[in-house]
Amino acid sequence: MTQDTWNFIFIGLSFALYIGIALRQRAGSTSEYYTAGGGVSPFANGMATAADWMSAATFISMAGSLAIGGYDGSRFLMGWTGGFVLLTVLMVPFLRKFGKATVPDFIGDRYYSKAARFVAVICAIFICLTYIMGQMRGVGLVFSQLFGIEIATGVIVGGAIVFFYAGLGGMKGITYTQVAQYCVMAFAYTIPAIFIAIALTNNFIPQLGFIGDYTSGEEAVPFLEKLNTINTGLGFSKYTDGSLSKIDMFCITAALMCGTAGLPHVIVRFFTVKNVKAVRTSACWTLSFIAVIYLTAPTIGAFSRVNLIENLNNKSYSETPVWFQEFEETGQMAWVDKNGDGKIQYWGKGKSESGKSGLVFVGKPAFKEDVKGASGQKVVTNKVVTDNPNELYFGNDVMVMANPYMGGLPKWAIALLMAGCIAAALSTAAGLLLVLSTSISHDLMKKIVKPDLSDREEIKYARFASLGALLVAMWFGINPPSTFVAKTVAFAFGLAASSFFPTLLMGIFSRKMNKEGAIAGMVSGILFTMAYIIYFQFMGGTKDQYLLGISPEGIGFLGMIINFVVAFTVVQFTKAPPKEVTELIDNVRFPGGKEIAAQDH
Amino acid sequence: MEKMKTAKGRYWKAHLRCVGLLLLIWFLTSFGCGILLRDWLDESFPSVGSAPFGFWMAQQGSIVSFVLILLGYKFWMERIESELEHDKEETK
Repeated sequence: MTQDTWNFIFIGLSFALYIGIALRQRAGSTSEYYTAGGGVSPFANGMATAADWMSAATFISMAGSLAIGGYDGSRFLMGWTGGFVLLTVLMVPFLRKFGKATVPDFIGDRYYSKAARFVAVICAIFICLTYIMGQMRGVGLVFSQLFGIEIATGVIVGGAIVFFYAGLGGMKGITYTQVAQYCVMAFAYTIPAIFIAIALTNNFIPQLGFIGDYTSGEEAVPFLEKLNTINTGLGFSKYTDGSLSKIDMFCITAALMCGTAGLPHVIVRFFTVKNVKAVRTSACWTLSFIAVIYLTAPTIGAFSRVNLIENLNNKSYSETPVWFQEFEETGQMAWVDKNGDGKIQYWGKGKSESGKSGLVFVGKPAFKEDVKGASGQKVVTNKVVTDNPNELYFGNDVMVMANPYMGGLPKWAIALLMAGCIAAALSTAAGLLLVLSTSISHDLMKKIVKPDLSDREEIKYARFASLGALLVAMWFGINPPSTFVAKTVAFAFGLAASSFFPTLLMGIFSRKMNKEGAIAGMVSGILFTMAYIIYFQFMGGTKDQYLLGISPEGIGFLGMIINFVVAFTVVQFTKAPPKEVTELIDNVRFPGGKEIAAQDH
Repeated sequence: MEKMKTAKGRYWKAHLRCVGLLLLIWFLTSFGCGILLRDWLDESFPSVGSAPFGFWMAQQGSIVSFVLILLGYKFWMERIESELEHDKEETK
């Protein structure tokens, strides 16, 4: 059977599975639409949350960032998983106890203010829209790579499927599809890693191979030492050292953590379990499921870096494996023969004259239509950077996508990986779509614009809203505002860290915090973070202007501190919150509170 | 009602202690071992397999400890809550 047949079988089967589940689980009421009726088991919710959590970007690009950045990539590993710890111990048990369907609901009631609710709704919509664009793009990319169709067609197919089960089925529809998607993702991610670990380190547990010996060379050497030797030989910094400054690394990790803890689509997943006790159990499951993939990611990154270099460096074009040409075809890899010796050379920053960059050319590769280079390679039309000898370009995605090819894996494993990529994109897109539609139907329509909305009408609005949101997301998926999407992701995390996270935290842990303080804090935190990011990302600020050496990626952390400082200063000069609110806080703080109160009477 | 309040107050204090301690561990394993003290740990701690200790903590160890922290949180909170139930029984 050819690769295409396998791809069709695996992806077709997985889609049939998702749709079959969705058809059996349609939502009939708002409570089923928003929270699946609240009776999902902690184990199932754990899997669903893990799938919801892991986006296409994590699944496809994270191992690549690790391969390229080495130690620097740890910020994603620690940032995202560490953020989940914050989310579990500081947020979800209390929000679950509060018992309303959305996050802006809590902010609106806790800060007794429509303005606060409105700011929260806008933040939720912005965060989710930024995210979902990337997911739709991811689906489109995988489809176009697989079946040779236009990216636009791929985006539309993906969008139609997500709308079918998320837009129509609501939370009830997506919960069990996400469970299935997690299973597909977990196998798709770990199986190639196991094969490659066996090939490179003779150990079938990738995590042990990673810290064990490299055995496929002439003599066994510790694997990481081998990687360090390769890196320094080519002019990169040691794999285990990285190149980010400590303060930047600290702030980026902190911003990712706090941003993660404020992600609305993950928080609402915990509204689907029975009670606070189930929330905690479910969180344990979720993080364990996430860890399966996150502990494998660094091994895939490291293994594929060795494979990539061994396979391509100093090889002539005709010697390269078939997959190199396949990825050249899709624009994920490219070679510019700068020194004209007919061989591919891969060099790091250390070998460049300026010592600053190892860029092969400017921007993403664009190829000449019909002209081929002297060795038969595709020729780029980009402006070639000549101050360094590096000749090999590859995108972050390649590390996961090319991994099974590099390891010489069977065709079905490659097809499974493709199904996994799509599952990662679809599951996150579905979760985000749900938050978008409930933000509009519940928080905006019902709570602010039209309070007398009936249950049935509210669901209708939710479905329309999800269709609208999806169309916007698909539009941006097809026409990405160039490099904008990648930059706005940093934006979404920064925004969540400087707005949602501190506001929710103060709402739960401070009884004195009032609406003036919260709103002033949110506004100043967001404005500071936005201004900083916009200045450096879009108005051409340069690195030496960084405040304390913190890059825009990590500035959300400072924004969060500003939020806290402003909020607590304003509280000193304004009225304390009313009595109902302190009662609400007391109630939220005690998980069994309701039952206790009931018995007490 | 007064009795209830003190039971609740005790519960909240116990809860803060639990969260505080777990977050301290959380900070030490990630920011501490993975970032701030990494160079020192790489130098002076025994390496894990062939991985320097700080590097291993940043890429693997922190994630493992996060899972353990959440498990600890679950069981510790369940104990605090059963004590609260117990208190309530006694006050009746």
